[in-house]
Amino acid sequence: MLKLDPNLPDPDGFYAELLAAHEGLTEAESHALNARLVLILANHIGDRAVLAEALTLARETAAGGRR
Amino acid sequence: MVAVRYKTAFQLYPYQRSPDQDLSTPVRHPVVIVGGGPVGMALALDLGLKGIRVVVLDDHEGVGMGSRAICFAKRTLEICDRLGCGQPMVDKGVVWNLGRVFRDTHELYSFNLLPEDGHRRPAFINLQQPHFERFIVERIREVQARGAPIEIRGVNQVIGVEPRGDHVALEIDTPDGPYRAEADWLVACDGARSPVREMLGLGFKGRVFQDNFLIADVRMKADFPTERWFWFDPPFNRGQSVLLHKQPDDIWRIDFQLGWNIDRKAVVEPESVLARVRAMLPDTPVELVWTSVYTFQCCTMERYRHGRVFFAGDAAHQVSPFGARGANSGIQDVDNLAWKLALVLRGQAGEALLDSYDLERRHAAEENILNSTRSTDFITPKTPVSRMFRDAVLDLAERAPFARSLVNTGRLSVPAVLDGSPLNGPDDAALPARTRPGAPAVDAPTERGWLLGLLGDEFRLLCLNTEHPAVTVGGVTAAPVQLSTEGWPHLAERWLGDAPRAVCLIRPDQHVAARWIDPAPGAVAAALARAMGLADAEA
Repeated sequence: MLKLDPNLPDPDGFYAELLAAHEGLTEAESHALNARLVLILANHIGDRAVLAEALTLARETAAGGRR
Repeated sequence: MVAVRYKTAFQLYPYQRSPDQDLSTPVRHPVVIVGGGPVGMALALDLGLKGIRVVVLDDHEGVGMGSRAICFAKRTLEICDRLGCGQPMVDKGVVWNLGRVFRDTHELYSFNLLPEDGHRRPAFINLQQPHFERFIVERIREVQARGAPIEIRGVNQVIGVEPRGDHVALEIDTPDGPYRAEADWLVACDGARSPVREMLGLGFKGRVFQDNFLIADVRMKADFPTERWFWFDPPFNRGQSVLLHKQPDDIWRIDFQLGWNIDRKAVVEPESVLARVRAMLPDTPVELVWTSVYTFQCCTMERYRHGRVFFAGDAAHQVSPFGARGANSGIQDVDNLAWKLALVLRGQAGEALLDSYDLERRHAAEENILNSTRSTDFITPKTPVSRMFRDAVLDLAERAPFARSLVNTGRLSVPAVLDGSPLNGPDDAALPARTRPGAPAVDAPTERGWLLGLLGDEFRLLCLNTEHPAVTVGGVTAAPVQLSTEGWPHLAERWLGDAPRAVCLIRPDQHVAARWIDPAPGAVAAALARAMGLADAEA
């Protein structure tokens, strides 16, 4: 079951760390970093049902954002 | 006249005038096979060994040039063992276990197929297709000499096919002009561009991949180890992939991905091919043996049985070469069809059994197409985002072992488990999953030799640490093969797990039909009836 309630300690700190990881990268390099990050995290989660929920949520919210 | 479409590597069945050609009334044959490739010839051999009269029509006089399919999987070798031609293939073939994956100039990782021990045959052999075909035809000649009713007619091209209710009418062209014949059952094994399929106006649907590949078979005395090497984006083929594979007789297969917009004539010019090979192997003298440029598609027919016409091998389904799922799945089609056709021709089973060929082999083809499509999407990503994820996987693969499991240079052919087949009978979940109903029997050494050799090519009752009498339904007998697992750990692990004993009903194609720890009276007979397509008899 995908967690949707807050689960990250120090969320502001994590957000800053995520942006820092992208600092100085071109857009293409940033996309590549994100792709690696997705794969690393997916392997860490290791639960296909959770990943399927996450993929669906990510896809659906993109559609909502465009409205 | 029959057109010559390709050069032959071995002339094995020169044209000879058949008495059929001199008769005014067409001769009716029980089974006619169109196409004498590996699938057609293996089917003729399988049926002939069962005493079924069969005629093979091929529009050439022998085996085509070129190595083509070079990877033959364990299941194929096991089927060829059943047909009596597995040993020469293994003797001639090259066994490999180690694969290396490179990116640019450096090695990302290597993998060992680590074949499980306790099997008669290796996971794979590499062998040029003409040799594979030749060994089947040589075996046909051997069994013909002992009376097996197989006839091969070279330079016989089918130019007309007309289904007529209880038979199929054929028009066949030869160097002496056309003649007519009839078949109770027709099997089209005439390849991906199947003329029979075309003549019947049947569809072939799927995905065409916009990419070209160049095969260069080169002879070289190189001290490379016998390994499979796969490169992503090497300096000698920038932005594309390359595969290097060893074949017998010091011949190596090099497979260059070329991309879509190329001059297909120019790339196969010997100078151009040699320039590529020299860029890859600058210090090794090489001799060019065969080249070919190909594109591919993943396609299937909607149904593999159309009344009295069957389709097998590439005629029925086509995959990309990644994973060696073409010829290997075609041989499994043969394995599946031969015994069913034989039972129906002997009047021991109804025609409903033949529909299970379509169901079971389409299930297998879907699995092969799925795997082959996924490999293709990884090797030749077609959108910027799929390339981004592919490269992300390669970026990670060197350091993070998990990413290696995502690297897909071809998921090598394993036989389909026929889960959900209507021919499957009862299962006992306490027994190991790998030998469940629908699975191909898993080999193991036993007190009387290799298990698959003992199972042979008829229905069998494998009785482990227990007894069961032979069971007969409609003239078909499943005779017991009784074995003790005491001192035979592979047999126990693969077939019993933690159970003390088991009775397994095995089909003539060595797939498991049903199994029990303690079968109730009548249970085996009911399962045998079901496996013969007589499901009503079970009620």
